[in-house]
Amino acid sequence: MMNKLVAALRALLPDDSVITDPVRLRTYECDGLTYHRATPGVVVLPGTAEQVAQVVRLCAEHGVPFVARGSGTGLSGGALPREDGVLIVTSRMRAILEIDLADRRAVVEPGVTNLAITEAVRERGYYYAPDPSSQQVCSIGGNVAENSGGAHCLKYGFTVNHVEACEIVTPDGDLVTLDRMDPGYDLLGAFIGSEGTLGIATKITVRLSRAPEAVTTVLAAFESIEQGGLAVSAIIGAGIVPAAIEMMDALAIEAAEAAVACSYPEGAGAVLIVELDGPAAAVERQFDRLREICADAFELRVAAGEAERAAIWKGRKSAFAAVGRISPSYIVQDGVVPRTSLPAVLAAIDRLSAEHDIRVANVFHAGDGNLHPLVLFDDGEPGAGERAEVVSGAILDLCVEHGGSITGEHGVGVDKSRYMPKMFSADDLDTMQLVRCAFDPRGLANPGKVFPTPRLCGEVPGVRKGVHPLVESGEAEQF
Amino acid sequence: MSSLGSACGVTVRDAGEDDAVGGVPPRWVALPETVEEIAAVLRACAERDLAVVPAGGGTKLHWGLPPERCDVLLDLCCMNEVPEHAAGDLVVRAQAGVTMGTLAATLAAKGQELALDVPFADDSTVGGTLAAGLPGPRSFRYGTARDLLIGITVVLADGTVAHSGGKVVKNVAGYDLGKLFTGSYGTLGVIAEATFRLHPLPAERRWAVAELRRADVAPVAARLAAAQAEPSAVEVDWPDPAGPLRLAALVEGTAAGPRAEALRELIGAGSVTGERPSWWGLIERDDVLVEVRFPPSALEAVLDAVAATGGLALRGSAVSGRVLLEARRELAEDELTAALTRLRAAGRVNVLAAPHAGLDRWGQVSALPLMRRVKERFDPGRRMSPGRFVGGI
Repeated sequence: MMNKLVAALRALLPDDSVITDPVRLRTYECDGLTYHRATPGVVVLPGTAEQVAQVVRLCAEHGVPFVARGSGTGLSGGALPREDGVLIVTSRMRAILEIDLADRRAVVEPGVTNLAITEAVRERGYYYAPDPSSQQVCSIGGNVAENSGGAHCLKYGFTVNHVEACEIVTPDGDLVTLDRMDPGYDLLGAFIGSEGTLGIATKITVRLSRAPEAVTTVLAAFESIEQGGLAVSAIIGAGIVPAAIEMMDALAIEAAEAAVACSYPEGAGAVLIVELDGPAAAVERQFDRLREICADAFELRVAAGEAERAAIWKGRKSAFAAVGRISPSYIVQDGVVPRTSLPAVLAAIDRLSAEHDIRVANVFHAGDGNLHPLVLFDDGEPGAGERAEVVSGAILDLCVEHGGSITGEHGVGVDKSRYMPKMFSADDLDTMQLVRCAFDPRGLANPGKVFPTPRLCGEVPGVRKGVHPLVESGEAEQF
Repeated sequence: MSSLGSACGVTVRDAGEDDAVGGVPPRWVALPETVEEIAAVLRACAERDLAVVPAGGGTKLHWGLPPERCDVLLDLCCMNEVPEHAAGDLVVRAQAGVTMGTLAATLAAKGQELALDVPFADDSTVGGTLAAGLPGPRSFRYGTARDLLIGITVVLADGTVAHSGGKVVKNVAGYDLGKLFTGSYGTLGVIAEATFRLHPLPAERRWAVAELRRADVAPVAARLAAAQAEPSAVEVDWPDPAGPLRLAALVEGTAAGPRAEALRELIGAGSVTGERPSWWGLIERDDVLVEVRFPPSALEAVLDAVAATGGLALRGSAVSGRVLLEARRELAEDELTAALTRLRAAGRVNVLAAPHAGLDRWGQVSALPLMRRVKERFDPGRRMSPGRFVGGI
């Protein structure tokens, strides 16, 4: 099947757009989650939406699964290839097609990086609001697939709140436009964050935001993480909605110092980065209030100018990679708890850490309760990896127990599909499958991701009608 | 109690004339009090092949097409609790039948609000507000219902109870069924409960208000949309296309006074007031109601199209690209059809309500075949508000 498909792909695309050389294929064997690897059956690098559609149509004809990949920065293995499938890489679709400041929108191809959009409009006083830490590299197509957030989503929301329309290739290979302006079901809302399981975005219309008049970035150093946590609650309680509230604990600070010498205040048990933005008069008054709230901080730094603002953010934005300096291996976790549960959950993480003798560095978007515990271990030490896995999984259990989520922004991918039943009932998951089956009845779009049991789009028990095409052709059995 | 009622153990009464949906009278009205009771009613209806139309306050029940059939009106008025308001987390969970007014009062007691503006707050319910998904003035800043909804419990046509999302704002686990059900007009299932993100009630609100000539509106709107004073909404009201427009820009929160003053300067006329304009966010006549969505730069073209019709009044956002048109007088079907054609040259036109059967209510929708497939999966028997929505879904 694969050989026939590869021949068809070669007939369709230019020579350099179809990769079958084993050495080159291995470049694509994982995304940002490196411990899941698979060599793709074939890699294609289409240059146009029409080519993506033709590739997907060929996959549908041959019954071969396909996986879309942007820049490959995802942290949940959402772009993990299939050995029996086609990896469709959008990195050649990098054109910013249109910038329309009168309508505050830009139309871009999926391979355009997140930051490139902001850079294209910054001088004219606009920006694209969602800002995942990988924004210099990650693609907007990947952001759409993952519904990416970032540090500033506390005030401004996620990708889904900033995308006006997507042209997509459906798993049948049709080009369809999903537009917020269109009447009917909000398929755009359902598509964004579906992790490549409902199709591939080939053209994305994003909303551009007006740059705020004033931005004040504050670094507050506390002796303990509890004091930092109290300050977070007090800020929210005061009715202030900062653009971002980020927190790092002592271990995360130590790592950031080692990696990028961010010069955070010495001896801090926790630092809080609070960014206020908006009209100058409002930011000024909110800052006065913030200063009162952070009375317990032993140091309060206020960025004077863009360079100092960048310096404050540098430690935070480099935190994930930085822990490589203090630990040979680590797991980046992503979970969410209600903000008011933060103290209890952090204390429980401490206990887990002690119990399993595994260090955990905590970095988190404190404003919205999104934790990014970095679970550190030495892969040279027998059993350490397993213990780290246990701690990492137990942290997700804590999130679910406290009414939170197993992922705030990194996605489910392959990494967390097994945790989905902890958060959702079988009926919940079956109902989500109805959406999947409407878009992709044959289950060819990024199969094996998000959902724990790759069900066929057969019938919900009791509502059987007709035989599934794969069952009929003898290629699959119903279960 | 009716046979349906005894079959599902839920209060069911015989329907009266007042219970008709778009002129289609149901046979029964079911009054479930819990999610489980909704499921029991829907299971009983599935066994009997009965068509169901969910209803909240009934304020928008005549919107959309009349249902192809309607056996049971599922009245959610008894689902009227607010089981959870986690003020520290800025999150609330409410049952579908809670009125938006009651919800607002509950939240205000803790200094918070759901930043959704609804035209008939005293009667509109949480479920109906979601099912209709109508944007209000402040969607410019806060987004629409789908942007503020973070979790949902729905009941499908076969009685399956399903949840998605949760009670944290940041959450990307699984498909977002809330998005799908918001604005689905009851055609995919029943919205039973919803969880929303909240905002602190602003300490202050100020409106910069002015009366403008039609030609001045679009440039003023463009300046306001680009303003750094963070307006929450910029609305226009044009009751008579022969006359001037009223424009009001809302500023909320810290330093509202000076920010509103800055907007007034951008408008170049008018005054600043703490009083909400009498027409703000209201719908006054909805026997004919047309929504126009357009790129903000097409505002002038939309105003021109409305002026050319004469019989329509306009109200809506000058900066979001969304306005509602009401009929100022009786409009004959061909007159309305001609108006829709003119408006469609300027933007997307969506007829929310009209007594005429022959209108093209939604225009061309690229994703309609996909929407039909979604409908087929969720409601294969076509028993949930059949025929009410886009393309007769």
